[in-house]
Amino acid sequence: MFKPLSLAGFALAMSATASMAATNITWWHGMAGRNGEVINEVAKKFNDAQTACAITPVSKGTYEEALASGIAAFRAGEQPNILQVFDAGAATIINAPGAVIPAEDLITQAGYTFDREAFIEGVRYFYAAPDGKFVGMPFNSSAPIMYVNTEALEKVGVEAPKTWEEFEAIAPKLKEAGYLPLVQSQLTWQFTENFFSRHNIQFATNNNGYDSVVDTKINMTDPNLVMMFTKLKAWADEGYFGYYGAGWNDNQKLFEDGKAAFWIGSSGSFGGLQKTAQKPFSATFLPYWNSIQGAGTNTFIGGAALFAMSGKPEAENKCTADFFQFLTSPEVQKFYHEATGYVAITKAAYELAKSEGYYKEKPAAEVGIQQLMLKSGDWSKGYRLGFYPQIREIMEREYGRIFAGETSVEDALKTIETEANDLLARFAKTAG
Amino acid sequence: MKRVQFSSPYLPYLFIAPQMAIIFVFFYWPSVQAIQSSFYLEDPFGFGSTFVGLSNYVDALGSAQYQSIARFTVVFTALVTFLSLGFGMLLAVKADAVLKGSSTYKTLLIWVYAIAPPVAGLMGMMFFDQHIGPLVKFAALFGWDMKVGLNYNDTAFAMIAVSVWKQIPYNFIFILSGLQSIPVSVREAAAIDCRSGVRRFWTMTLPLLAPTAFFLLIINMTYALFDTFGVIDVMVKDKAANNPITLVYKVYMDGFRGNDLGGSSAQSVILMIVVFVLTVFQFRFIERRVHYN
Repeated sequence: MFKPLSLAGFALAMSATASMAATNITWWHGMAGRNGEVINEVAKKFNDAQTACAITPVSKGTYEEALASGIAAFRAGEQPNILQVFDAGAATIINAPGAVIPAEDLITQAGYTFDREAFIEGVRYFYAAPDGKFVGMPFNSSAPIMYVNTEALEKVGVEAPKTWEEFEAIAPKLKEAGYLPLVQSQLTWQFTENFFSRHNIQFATNNNGYDSVVDTKINMTDPNLVMMFTKLKAWADEGYFGYYGAGWNDNQKLFEDGKAAFWIGSSGSFGGLQKTAQKPFSATFLPYWNSIQGAGTNTFIGGAALFAMSGKPEAENKCTADFFQFLTSPEVQKFYHEATGYVAITKAAYELAKSEGYYKEKPAAEVGIQQLMLKSGDWSKGYRLGFYPQIREIMEREYGRIFAGETSVEDALKTIETEANDLLARFAKTAG
Repeated sequence: MKRVQFSSPYLPYLFIAPQMAIIFVFFYWPSVQAIQSSFYLEDPFGFGSTFVGLSNYVDALGSAQYQSIARFTVVFTALVTFLSLGFGMLLAVKADAVLKGSSTYKTLLIWVYAIAPPVAGLMGMMFFDQHIGPLVKFAALFGWDMKVGLNYNDTAFAMIAVSVWKQIPYNFIFILSGLQSIPVSVREAAAIDCRSGVRRFWTMTLPLLAPTAFFLLIINMTYALFDTFGVIDVMVKDKAANNPITLVYKVYMDGFRGNDLGGSSAQSVILMIVVFVLTVFQFRFIERRVHYN
């Protein structure tokens, strides 16, 4: 009875002394399931590759929970070295100067050179300061792409649409053949934020919120957006589009079961979908409206970035910089890309995966990165809006009401605009 | 008669000190902090805060969304309290009357209470799942196209059903023990005087159960207001969207998801006041009608 216990204690003491020599840093994240396991694997790779630093990843639940824990810990002076913050929470952390050390500064101070150009186009701006300096280090990056049920298309004899006009033309045929033509999983990210990006339309004043928090106004009543949602509602009424609530998986399920022909998902869904999809599938770019002038620009990244929290000793910051450096190396990027389906964020990693023939084997894995690398426009770089998680909640609520038939598209978008602008004004006060 | 008394006047304070310390740390201190931060607009990381007076309260109470959540909370609380007490009482009275195998019935009925709210929510979520839920398929037999997570009323129905189901055993235990504390002599006397079981229940059993029922009324209301959080959280799957939520869930969404500390503090102070008023009201007006032995 005592033997295994004391042995365990001995092993514990040994491992403690082993890591005593190294500088310990912590990394809080909001990933679960397979993606959480991959984070542990990345950390282990880092710890095995060198002896000076030891990183410990800690899962804090969802993205929102990770951000809330990080904030609470910061206020108590117990912040981790690295905090993963999701796209919608970027404004919260970036507008709190002093909470983080910009990733670029951290890396250059540690004696490395930092080359912004090494990163692919679509990830370069989202977590950066207005002057282009990287504040957060992009980590798990994804793009909204369209997954295609190849069997359905072959049966009906149509091609995957590039534009929504093409989709409208083939939807009746798909419906006739017994398929639900279209489902999506996140109207906020896929049909709002990236709608503005894909069509190169301004999303908010003050340069999409990047320049200042003061008097930033959101452009939810843009006629093009009104048109998009009017179409979606009409498609839903016709049976061309299915909406199953704000939950991601409830909508994805239709595609997994092979009942839906197209599903707008995330490039990061690729890994999981390979296991769950009942039918063969491929992927293509998020469609756009050909009728909107200047449309067809790239989308910006979704997902999350890593932020180096301030108030940590020099030695630990050096380790954080080492880890960021390690993370952006082509080999680690390629490993992460292939293990999760999130896109490779550096050009070198993309070239490496390409040269090894990964995309020949799995063409769907390349779609996300290609979409991020499409030509960019003035308004396809991202947005920075305060209290954005709450604004998304308002959108989810009103979008739900549209499809439940409780409100009209115009009223819903107007309500979102009013309430979102109130929140933005509130945020300007907290950050001011 | 010898009076039992502490030798030192300070000793009793020492005895209640641990309890007071816990209440202070986990209730009074956070409450004071919530009241304080409800008057400020603060950036989440705590770098600066601006005094805004009552504007957080004005914003919350003036918002149409907040008002509709408040209305739902009232309906939700009333229904969950009434239904779970009603079913609990019905089952307890019936189980009390069973002679053979009564402990089996009781155990089976109490069982559900061992389920944690999030687990209950998860089970509810599966039962009411849009694609695979057996209850959704059952409803479809009657032509009810139930869309939990999409249709406001359907989601409300599912939430109330799961919350009530979860709370029935709790009420059952208390009412059953209340029933069993009614002396046999009183029951027999009532049985001789009156043949109708229903009438005996209303005129004899229910008044004698009043202290228990009053206690349960308060407990059930707090359950519906606060403890159903886990059920709601699981059932809306982290995305409230256009689904109904209660005021507590709104506090959580704004404070912990939206990082709006001032706004969510103001909301939690409003909730504190509501609970305070409710409790005072209950003790002043309802408890007077309750007769303790």
